[in-house]
Amino acid sequence: MTKRNGSKLISRRRLLTTASAGAVLAASPFRINLLQAQEATIKVGFPVPLTGPYGTEAQDQVRAAQVAIEEFNEGGGLNGRKAELLVRDDKLNPGEAATRTLELIEKEKVNFVVGSLSAAVQLAVNNITKERKVIFNSISQSDTINEASDFSRYTFHEALNPHLTAGAVGRYAFPKFGKKVAFLTADYAYGHEMVRGFQAAGKAFGVETLVDIRHPLGMTDFSALLPRIQALKPDILCISNFGRDQQIALKQATDFGMKKSMKIVAPVLLYTGRVAAGAQAFDGVIGGTSYYWGIEDKIASAKAFNDRFRKMHSGKVPSDYGALGYGGVRTLLEGAKAAGSLDPDKVIEAVEALKYDYYKGPQYYRKCDHQSVQSVLIIESKATPQKGDADVFNVIETEAPNDANLRSCEALGHKA
Amino acid sequence: MAGLSFDLLALQLFTGVALGAIYVLFAIGLSLIFGMLTVVNFAHGAFFMVGAYVGLFLVSLGGNFWLCLVAVPLIVGTIGLVVERFLIRPLYGRGIDYPLLLTFGLSYVMVELVRIAFGKSGYPFDTPELLQGAVNIGIGYFPLYRLFIIGVAVAVLLGLWLFLERTSFGLIIRAGARDPQIVRVLGVNVARVWLFVFGIGTGIAALAGLLAAPLQGVIPEMGSTILAEAFVVTVVGGMGSIGGAVIAGLLVGVVVSMTSLFAPEMAKVSIFALMAIVLLIRPQGFFGRAGLMS
Repeated sequence: MTKRNGSKLISRRRLLTTASAGAVLAASPFRINLLQAQEATIKVGFPVPLTGPYGTEAQDQVRAAQVAIEEFNEGGGLNGRKAELLVRDDKLNPGEAATRTLELIEKEKVNFVVGSLSAAVQLAVNNITKERKVIFNSISQSDTINEASDFSRYTFHEALNPHLTAGAVGRYAFPKFGKKVAFLTADYAYGHEMVRGFQAAGKAFGVETLVDIRHPLGMTDFSALLPRIQALKPDILCISNFGRDQQIALKQATDFGMKKSMKIVAPVLLYTGRVAAGAQAFDGVIGGTSYYWGIEDKIASAKAFNDRFRKMHSGKVPSDYGALGYGGVRTLLEGAKAAGSLDPDKVIEAVEALKYDYYKGPQYYRKCDHQSVQSVLIIESKATPQKGDADVFNVIETEAPNDANLRSCEALGHKA
Repeated sequence: MAGLSFDLLALQLFTGVALGAIYVLFAIGLSLIFGMLTVVNFAHGAFFMVGAYVGLFLVSLGGNFWLCLVAVPLIVGTIGLVVERFLIRPLYGRGIDYPLLLTFGLSYVMVELVRIAFGKSGYPFDTPELLQGAVNIGIGYFPLYRLFIIGVAVAVLLGLWLFLERTSFGLIIRAGARDPQIVRVLGVNVARVWLFVFGIGTGIAALAGLLAAPLQGVIPEMGSTILAEAFVVTVVGGMGSIGGAVIAGLLVGVVVSMTSLFAPEMAKVSIFALMAIVLLIRPQGFFGRAGLMS
């Protein structure tokens, strides 16, 4: 009985203290400062697939984006206004991504949206952002987002697109390895776009497509697709898929002894994929990428970015998609800085005018479709790493940034 | 369809059989446990995955693949014993849904534990050196490792058959599946029989996981895709029938392989189309006993 009374007493006392403290806080100027500081941050919404098959890449994108945010804040921000990153899990699902983006815009009042890691998801995000007139910088590959039907002046594309990567790998491989080509393609937009990129580049070399085998996403066994490719005896096999599909396809093609009779190339080889699947699967495979940390020996901005990333994230190196997260956030923040404002129209103009070298050499956004014109690295998997576990690729060639390797503004439906 | 030669068709058929061997290896454990214990084991995929991870761990400690072939089923089988004794046993006699929900939840716990212990991203698992490369089997080149899997599947099936049909303990298991009450009246400890069967089932699942690791690498989610496929195999073969699992497994492999040749984009759907057709014609599957699920 007494005990009960005692606890009641305490709770009443605590209630009183809390209430009076609240009243003091409400009346103090401190509260107003707090509110102002909150209003003043520049909010960057960052919807990425933290869970699901691209979770590893997405987490690296977040890590790299944080590097860009921290650099911006250390540099004094925008007239003292600091930036913050609002990460949301889009679960690799267009519907989920649209909902999260809408929430970021309506509830959090974000100034920019950067992110997404799938062709379909980025188009869903883009639909929301262009409707609400919020600048979106996509860090996932897509051809469609550059086309007039999906593009808006609020849309930027920091990532490469499949037309460019597949083209670059084709321009490297066709003269060296032969003209008879077989494709093993993931049956969705991104896969089809990669094949189209290869074939467009192949025209100049008289390349002949023997077969284009399209497989569903998420295969764990490719064995049934391989005998037919072997029977056709191609010079080059283009593996036009992504992520775990690619890792398993390469591993099983190796088991079937296909590397002995043909060269295997892939439009995009991922750093994380190579680390997860191991040297055996990727041995001798050639592909393209937007970024590899190993270019730091030659490129100063890469060195600076890697060092910064290593310092913030316990010695890790950034992956290719990670670097895009950095580039995507940094370009918009630098644009805001150059414009001296967060007004979307002013920022768009400033970003369009950027000639930047933040992490991989010179880049700029093409005016008609806001595609970042940049280099493509042609890489080959190393059989044995020499400089630690992260040392997985050799950069064998770099295709310099060139407007002509992109689809033309007219082909994309933009009026000149 | 250019270049459709006899050799290609034969090789494609053989590829299907090899693929089927993997399905069989995975599905027989599931079928064994259901046939004897009437437990729909949704954690089977998780045991498959744990088998791959235990193998990975042993190899990283310096063990070799051949040792793993013995050690992995024993270790994971022992985990299976513990799971049966302390989690599943209290649920016997409460209908089919209790153990189903329990194993479903258990699979999430196991996947999450592996994610915590080994991280979310995958690991490579090299094909053992002796089994690398492809050999000419007369109709074309075929990976040595997949031939090895066919061999292991045959050995496991033969061993299981001998054990169930030719040993007295096997006789008790079969009798216990038919009528546990009578077997109990005869003085047999049925609980111990079931414990043992669950251990064997999970051990075989783990072995299948270990064998799959060099084919596809190792990730925490590797059990979930194959679980769906294995359920198709057991349903087509008839829930609980080991012979049915073998025939259905091979059939699924061949159907997938042949579909891949003519309509590769339908390869995954073909498995479920096959199941739909079989269920329309024979709802209990090839060798299933009607009413087992009720």
